[in-house]
Amino acid sequence: MDVVIISEAGNESLHPVTAQLVGASSSIGGKISVICPGGIGSSEAAMIAGVSKVISVEGDCFASYDCMAWCNAILPFIDGDLVMTSSSAIGREISAAIAAKKDFPVVQDITSLNDGISVSRSIFSGKAIEEVGVSLPCALSVRANTFQPAEGGGNAEITTINVSQEVSVAVKEALAKAGERLDVAEANIVISGGRGMGDPSNFSHLYDVAEEIGAAVGASRAAVDTWEEIPHSMQVGQTGKTVTPSLYIAVGISGAIQHLAGMRSSKYILAINKDPEAPIFGVADYGIVATWEESIPALKEHLSAVMSD
Amino acid sequence: MGVAVLLKQVPDTTAKISVSGSRVDESAITKWSISPYDEYALESAIALKESGADELVAITCGPQRASKCLTEAAAVGADRLIHIVTDADFMDSCTVQSILSSAIERSECDIVLCGKQAADTNSGSTGPGVASLLGYSCVGSVTEVSMDGGKLSATRLGATGLERIEVSGPCLLTFDKGEVELRRPNVRGIMMAKKKPIESIGVEDLGIEIGSPRASLQSHSSPPDKPPGQKFEGAGSIEVVVGKLRDEANVI
Ligand SMILES: Cc1cc2nc3c(=O)[nH]c(=O)nc-3n(C[C@H](O)[C@H](O)[C@H](O)COP(=O)(O)OP(=O)(O)OC[C@H]3O[C@@H](n4cnc5c(N)ncnc54)[C@H](O)[C@@H]3O)c2cc1C
Repeated sequence: MDVVIISEAGNESLHPVTAQLVGASSSIGGKISVICPGGIGSSEAAMIAGVSKVISVEGDCFASYDCMAWCNAILPFIDGDLVMTSSSAIGREISAAIAAKKDFPVVQDITSLNDGISVSRSIFSGKAIEEVGVSLPCALSVRANTFQPAEGGGNAEITTINVSQEVSVAVKEALAKAGERLDVAEANIVISGGRGMGDPSNFSHLYDVAEEIGAAVGASRAAVDTWEEIPHSMQVGQTGKTVTPSLYIAVGISGAIQHLAGMRSSKYILAINKDPEAPIFGVADYGIVATWEESIPALKEHLSAVMSD
Repeated sequence: MGVAVLLKQVPDTTAKISVSGSRVDESAITKWSISPYDEYALESAIALKESGADELVAITCGPQRASKCLTEAAAVGADRLIHIVTDADFMDSCTVQSILSSAIERSECDIVLCGKQAADTNSGSTGPGVASLLGYSCVGSVTEVSMDGGKLSATRLGATGLERIEVSGPCLLTFDKGEVELRRPNVRGIMMAKKKPIESIGVEDLGIEIGSPRASLQSHSSPPDKPPGQKFEGAGSIEVVVGKLRDEANVI
C-alpha cells in the first residue's frame, strides 16, 4: 500500500503536523511520498525519516488558496491508495475534494489509525466516538497532535514540477489579518475569557497571563457576540474552534454544552468562576471558585515565579 | 440563476448523546434542528435571493423527520423543497455526495451553499466533495456573500485572516459563523410553509445504487470518563493550583 501525504504549510514553512502524518502512516506500512502544494516546505519534508519521495508542485495557482485549482494541480501526481492530509480547514477540503475526484471514500479528523483499515474519530463535538472501517483506496484527514511525529534525519529525493492551472477564486482584499497573535487551535496552552470578564478591555489581563506561559487567548461565544473587540477567530466551541491543548484555562465562562464541545478534549482544564455551581467545574481538573479580578493577578504572579524557576 | 442550499438535520446542540449497545441511542434524542453552520448558509441563500437570484431550492437528505428542515427553510423564503428520503443510519462520503450532487443537478442550480461541517459527524467532506463531483469551484469558510452582476463576492476566513474573494462560474460555498444575524420566520411565513409541497425522492429515483459501502460504522462509544476534578475556594488557592499544574499535570 502506497501512502501519499499532502503537506500542510504554516507561515511559509512546513507545518509540524506533516511529520505527524508520516508518523501515523508508517504504523500501517507502505511507501510514503509527500506532495508539497506550492513547493512550501519541500526541503523540510525531505528530511522526515521514512519519506521516500517529495514532489514539489509549483505554479502561479498556489499564490492564494483556490481549493479546486489546487486539487486539479496536484491530482496527476497522486499515485497511491491512501491519501492523507491534516484536518485543518484547508486539509479537510483538499482531502474531500481529492477523494471525490478519485472516487475514494474519505474519513475526516481521525484520532487513531489501525491496520485493516480501521479509524476512530470524535463525533457530536466530542460527545461520542465512532470507529469506522474503511476500504482502500481512501483518503483520511488526521487531527493534529494525536500521532507521534516521525523523526528527522531522512534524505528523500525532491522532484520539482511546474504546473499551470486556471484559478476561479480570486482574492481581492485582505480584510483583517489573523494577527501576529497565536491561534487558539495551534497553541499548547489556551486561556479563554467569557462574559464574566465584564468588559472587553479586561481581556488585557488574560493577554498578560498568556504572555507569561506562551498561551493563546480564546473566548466564549457570549464574549464574541457581545463585544465587537473580540473577533470570531477567538471563539472556542461548537460554532467556533475545537481546541485540544495540554492546558485550557477558562475564566468567567459558565461551561455551556456548546462551549464544552470545543474544549473538553483538552488534556487538563483549569476553571476560574465565581459561581460554585457553574457547569464548567464539571469538566475541570482544577476548579477555583473566585472572581477573575482576585485570581488573575495572583495567577500571573505564581506562573511567572514557576516559569523563572 | 438558481441557488441551492443543503440542509442537514442533526440532534440539537443541547441534546444529550448516550450510547447503548455500541450505537448512539437516537430514540433518546428529543430535539432535532438544522445543523448550525447550515443555518448560516440558509441565511446567505435568502440574501442572494433578495438580491436577484431566481429561485431558492432547499435540499435535504435523511429520514422522514428531516422534512422539518425544509419546512423551516420555506418559512424564511425557500421556493422549492427537495427531500431525498433514506433511512440509512450511516452512509459513506461517496454515497452522500453522489445523492446530493444528483439532486442539485435536478434543481439546475449553479450556486450551492452549505455549512462547512455538520454538527453530528463534524466532518466537512460534503461541500468540497459535492463541488468536485459537479465540477464547480469551491470556497470554504465563507461568512458573507453578495452578488455583483454575474459574479459572487464573498468574505471568507482564510489561513491568514478574513479576506474578500470573487468567484466566477458555477460554485459551491461552505459557511462558517460570521457577523450575520439569522432571521426568524414570521407567522405568515410559517403558515405558508406548512402548505408548501415537498418533493420526496427515493435514492433509487436518482438512479443511484447504494452498493456495498466503502466506509462503514463499526461502533460508537462514549468518551472516556475523566476522573473528578479538584475544587478550591478563593484566589488564595492559586499558588497551590499553579504548583499542581507543574508537578501533577506537568503542563507548565
Ligand atoms: C447553536 C449554538 C451554538 C453555540 N456555539 C457556541 C460556541 O461555539 N462557543 C461558545 O462558547 N458558546 C456557544 N454557544 C452559546 C452557549 O450556549 C453559551 O451561551 C455561551 O457559551 C455562554 O458564554 P459565557 O460562558 O461566556 O457566558 P455566561 O453563560 O453568561 O457565563 C458567564 C460566567 O461568568 C461567571 N462570572 C461572572 N462574573 C465573574 C467574575 N467577576 N469572575 C469570575 N467569573 C465570573 C458567571 O458565574 C458565569 O458562569 C452556542 C449556542 C447555540 C445555541
